[in-house]
Amino acid sequence: MRKRGLFFRKSMDLSVKIISVLASLLGVLFLLWILFVVFKMGFKTFNWDFFTQPTKPYGVPNGGIANAIIGTVIITSGAALMGVPLGLLGGIYLSEFARSTKLGNVIRFSANVMMGLPSIIVGLFVYIILVYTTKHFSGFAGSVALAIIMFPVILRTTEDMLAMVPNALRESALAIGTPRWKTTLDILFRAAKGGLITGVLLSIARVSGETAPLLFTALWSNSWPLSYFSEPTANLTVSITEYATNSPFESMQLRAWGAALLITAAVLILNITCRTIFREARR
Amino acid sequence: MPVKKMRKVLSLPDSLFHWLTMASALMIIVLMISFFAQLLWYSLPSIREFGWGFVLSQEWDPVRNLYGAAGAIYGTLVTTLIAMLIAAPLSFGIALFLVEFAPPYLSRVLGQAIDLLAAVPSIIYGMWGLFVFVPIMQKHVQPFLADTLGLKALPFFSGPQMGFGLLTSGIILALMILPFISAVMRDVFRMVPPVVKESAYGTGATTWEVTADVTTRYGMQGLLGALFLGLGRAIGETMAVLFIIGHVQQVSFSLFAPGTTISATLANNFAEAEGISKSVLFELGLILLVISFLIQIAAQYWLNKVRRSTGGGL
Repeated sequence: MRKRGLFFRKSMDLSVKIISVLASLLGVLFLLWILFVVFKMGFKTFNWDFFTQPTKPYGVPNGGIANAIIGTVIITSGAALMGVPLGLLGGIYLSEFARSTKLGNVIRFSANVMMGLPSIIVGLFVYIILVYTTKHFSGFAGSVALAIIMFPVILRTTEDMLAMVPNALRESALAIGTPRWKTTLDILFRAAKGGLITGVLLSIARVSGETAPLLFTALWSNSWPLSYFSEPTANLTVSITEYATNSPFESMQLRAWGAALLITAAVLILNITCRTIFREARR
Repeated sequence: MPVKKMRKVLSLPDSLFHWLTMASALMIIVLMISFFAQLLWYSLPSIREFGWGFVLSQEWDPVRNLYGAAGAIYGTLVTTLIAMLIAAPLSFGIALFLVEFAPPYLSRVLGQAIDLLAAVPSIIYGMWGLFVFVPIMQKHVQPFLADTLGLKALPFFSGPQMGFGLLTSGIILALMILPFISAVMRDVFRMVPPVVKESAYGTGATTWEVTADVTTRYGMQGLLGALFLGLGRAIGETMAVLFIIGHVQQVSFSLFAPGTTISATLANNFAEAEGISKSVLFELGLILLVISFLIQIAAQYWLNKVRRSTGGGL
């Protein structure tokens, strides 16, 4: 450290303190502003029609977003059905069979890298393998895209949560002759329950707000989501995109705010639930 | 127990279980390789047609079927650079405040708020940008920068003030990655062992001196990792910029000018693209994939080093 006068050092410290507080204020202010606008504009649109009517073509009054809500739930559940088991199994492998093997490290590294890849790339990829080959957009393709995004997230959290279970638990189960698979699924999973549920819910929260991959796969539609496997399926986030950009009608832009509020609220509630579960599980 | 020895003692259901879990985990690598393989395969027509000139050409002419990626790549880099220039110092300040300055209860509440905000979907930022921030940029910020500060003499701040464009998109991206980088930086700061910091305090160092000379050096690789994670997010982000970038394929030195990014080009043109133009979009996707892949590798490399030296927790 260089030699400096006490006054210089103290004032330097103070100015950094002030800058740091200002940065925090600025950050919090902007982010609260964004949330405030979403809540203010979103609540305006909440009425009976909004939750019970399907989206309607431009110019038709009394449209809602009921079909998009159901579509988003279906697409996200489909993604969870595929992504969660795969992620849990992969996580078991990393934690129970490959904790410090070379292959384990490569997979771990790849999963971390994959978590940071842009979601639009996943959309393009699923477009190629499912939409291009079958010649039609579908909600199912959307689910596959979201499942691919969930997969590395669940894989890594599962591994971390299982690794936190003390080894004594594994050893005592194996010592009384419990098979390995039963030890993992019955005993380790029970011990790590809170953490595993948290990981799954967080990954669901993360993909339920995804838009870019759905633009290439599920697309959107004004009808009820009846043909999940063969037709474009309505969903909240792509509806927001359509309404916010392509619509000159103010009532439709308002509905986009409503949909935005629904998605934001869902994501925030899921996150808060996870944090509560996790904190209780840790106790 | 090393896996090789263990495998011999596994019973049939157990070895099935072992193989099943391994197959699932290997899917990560299969997927990763397929990303590259499929995108490369479908961009081949475009690569053959335009060659290396593709990345340098600003041409975007669907009528004559001539395409170049320069506009999209330039827009991606500029918006990301603006975002990083704003978000990096701000999130450093926020992380510093959370770890060093804030009273414990405030730090806890604020920290949780930041974690929550990092989870807000990017389309929300895009929407807010379109309906709230673009008008403000147009009416207040851009006139202020250009006229009041007199910066319009510079090429960066000249041209019509429309609110849309590179600068606005960069700022929105900055807001989006701000909570994310702050959260990771905070975790890096927290990982510095208290003993190290306390001994610096013990010699009479001020908080800033401890931060600059001890914490930052100790966690430098973690901070770099955090920045690169944010960078990776910003560079591939679609929805936050899609509504406000303007969709013009050009290289313009004015930050007020509309432009486009790779992901925005993909999202905006994909529906109408046919034949060679679709292949062009796949090649853009491939370029984005390669760039973000390299960024992620750098980020993980640094974060792994920190994890190893401090025993995890990040």
